[in-house]
Amino acid sequence: MTRSKTITKSTLSSKATKKVKIYFKDNLGIIVAFLILCIFLSVNPATSNSFFTTKNLFNVLRQISTNLYLACGMTMVIILGGIDLSVGSIIALSGCIAAGCVSRYGMPIGVAIIIGVLVGLLVGMFNGLVISKTTIPPFIVTLATMNIAKGLAYVYTGGSPVRVVTKEWQFIGAGYIGPFPAPVVILVVVLIITAIIMNKTKIGRHMYAVGGNQQAAEFSGINVAKVKFFVHAFSGAMAGLAGIVLASRMYSGQPTAGDGSEMDAIAAVVVGGTSMAGGSGKIGGTIIGGLIIGVLNNGLNLMNVNSFWQYVVKGVVILLAVFLDYIRNKKSR
Amino acid sequence: MSEKVLLQMKNIHKRFPGVYALKDINFELHAGEVHALLGENGAGKSTLIKILGGIYTADQGEIIIDGEKAEIHDVLSAQKNGIAIIHQELVLVPHMTVAENIFLGREPKVAGFVNQDKMRQEAQALLDDYDMHIDADTLIKDLTIAQQQMVEIVKAISFNSKILVMDEPTSSIADKEVAFLFTTMRTLTAKGVGIIYISHKMSELEEICDRVTVMRDGTYVGTEVVKNTSKDELIAMMVGRELENYYTRDYQNATEVILKCVDIADGNMAQGASFELRKGEIIGFAGLVGAGRSEVMKCIFGLTKNYTGKIYLEGKEVKITSPVQAMKAGIALVPEDRKLEGLYKVQSVQYNSTIEVLDQFIKGIIVDQKKEDEITQKYIDLMATKTPSREQVIGNLSGGNQQKVMIGRWLATNPKVLILDEPTRGVDVGAKSEIYSIMNELVKTGMSIIMISSELPEIINMSDRIYVMAGGKVKGCLNHDEVTQESIMQLAAV
Repeated sequence: MTRSKTITKSTLSSKATKKVKIYFKDNLGIIVAFLILCIFLSVNPATSNSFFTTKNLFNVLRQISTNLYLACGMTMVIILGGIDLSVGSIIALSGCIAAGCVSRYGMPIGVAIIIGVLVGLLVGMFNGLVISKTTIPPFIVTLATMNIAKGLAYVYTGGSPVRVVTKEWQFIGAGYIGPFPAPVVILVVVLIITAIIMNKTKIGRHMYAVGGNQQAAEFSGINVAKVKFFVHAFSGAMAGLAGIVLASRMYSGQPTAGDGSEMDAIAAVVVGGTSMAGGSGKIGGTIIGGLIIGVLNNGLNLMNVNSFWQYVVKGVVILLAVFLDYIRNKKSR
Repeated sequence: MSEKVLLQMKNIHKRFPGVYALKDINFELHAGEVHALLGENGAGKSTLIKILGGIYTADQGEIIIDGEKAEIHDVLSAQKNGIAIIHQELVLVPHMTVAENIFLGREPKVAGFVNQDKMRQEAQALLDDYDMHIDADTLIKDLTIAQQQMVEIVKAISFNSKILVMDEPTSSIADKEVAFLFTTMRTLTAKGVGIIYISHKMSELEEICDRVTVMRDGTYVGTEVVKNTSKDELIAMMVGRELENYYTRDYQNATEVILKCVDIADGNMAQGASFELRKGEIIGFAGLVGAGRSEVMKCIFGLTKNYTGKIYLEGKEVKITSPVQAMKAGIALVPEDRKLEGLYKVQSVQYNSTIEVLDQFIKGIIVDQKKEDEITQKYIDLMATKTPSREQVIGNLSGGNQQKVMIGRWLATNPKVLILDEPTRGVDVGAKSEIYSIMNELVKTGMSIIMISSELPEIINMSDRIYVMAGGKVKGCLNHDEVTQESIMQLAAV
């Protein structure tokens, strides 16, 4: 009895180590890049005092959390072979409306949060509806909704921030749950949900099929339209969530919030090894991709690098990280 | 056929990390001959061709052209040595004209601008030389696959190529077009061009090839004059043993009708087809490309939603409007074009095996990993698929093993009626024979199989009865004991 128990335990743990091994093998290039970056920042005299402190590391995690919410949806969208350009504008729209719900209509914060996520979900569902029912490329559809959502955010606010100055409002973006920043706790929950959807559910498997070979997916009896609709709706909802967290951190819903953040999300996904051609990719890679970009931003700030130059460095690092994996893949072939 | 030696590849060796791809290969091509290169998938044919074409460089060995040692280290130097390769996948630019494609990268110029008139005239002259009936101003995308192939050939000739390599040129074109392709090849050889011909279709060898070189597992097996050899002898050379029973088929007395289809039409290619399938039977569907065979099957499998006609399964009428319904009713369809309609290329064998039966081991978010492993292994074993592991990326398997995974995927849905559309296309001889014997085993267990095939020998040797289609309709049904290639072709010709 006890013996059989230990056996199952050991096979379980060996399975787990196997999974960890595969994870490291798949992501070796970017993990190495990430570690080099961290070691550099811990050793470099300009940052060694400030980088490896709990405060700073939590700070980094807080900063990357909104990008990773987006990246969770974006990973699925890119696995489908598509792209979602509208997420940055959804951040602005959902943030402004949620803030407006509290400051203009005096709604409870919980309700405002739900409405903010629903705003994102609605835009995402609209994207999903058009993309699944027509053959208009996702790039065009989401380019259009990107402008529509941004425009609506400006219309709603008249161009100026919607301020919310209650302490409760700041909790979700700037508060702490125990010792952990609230956005980081939310991030962990979001990542777990995303990982479960992608790895454990039927629709998760179906995403890879639709992105890898849509015609084959139809022969396999997969409801292609449903998968596309779900993925875009999910991406929209994630962006809605990101919008609220950002608006909370900035004490206001701002129509300029989230500008260009779709590109950071795409960068995290691509650095994480997901192929733009669709059909392959893992959320585990995206997490490291997001970490690289976050730590890099943080390091450059700590080193007082001119913000104009930061763009250049970021671009080079994105290219290098992807290049490492390219070389590795080429060799293994 | 002259005896002038055009090309010699001597003692070619090529190693890849972990694989000794070519071991001491010798190959010789005469001017004016069609020389077949034969071998199973993985025998090394394409590696040898890639060395000739300058895509790979040999580790050892030399290439001699017209008696002189040739240095081929990239595609350009291969071209300069008069070598042209026509790949299985055509590489023309679809939105450019025929003339523009022929002269791509070397357009005749006047003062730095492309001389359109001259280019068009020269292209048209080349096309007319070979009676191609193609207008040089047509866009490539408006041509049929066979016509595009002709343009590729003309393009190759325009480089003054002496050595032409054709990789499975007949795999995607109709019989009528094949005849024209062969005529064109004869015109070329009469001018002294040597053609290296790669094909899996044994019947074509006798028709068009003078000599044949057989390769196996990266080694040179031998070269024969086609007239002095037989199909069995060549197959034995390819697989390294005599295939005792190439086709395995034990006919049984089938009486109970399991599937009956009446007037199936999709308003397009399928024009009202009726047939019956009995339990434990294999029925074949023969016909030319475009006869509507696949389209009828797509209606039955629910891929075409707006079809007319009636489907009776085990005596009861069923209305099938989606593949999910079809699979639930017990119908499975292994599609014709593996790459386009079947494979998830970057995913594992396991993923590819179980994608249609996720319900059997995923409940909500609970995945029974053991069950999934079992299902995958069961069909790997049943189909005798050769794969290093279940996690192997399917794109790295040979065509035959990919096809076995495809068939296994649909068998996992436990079908009563299995529809196989061109089950052995792009599959090597050994795996083909194995697929035949598996089909035989399946019908013995009470399954019923519909096989669409363009290979007459396969359809004649495997089917209980053969339905011949033309113009979207069933033209007749032949019993296996009375059928001949001629009787099929008579019904199939429109």
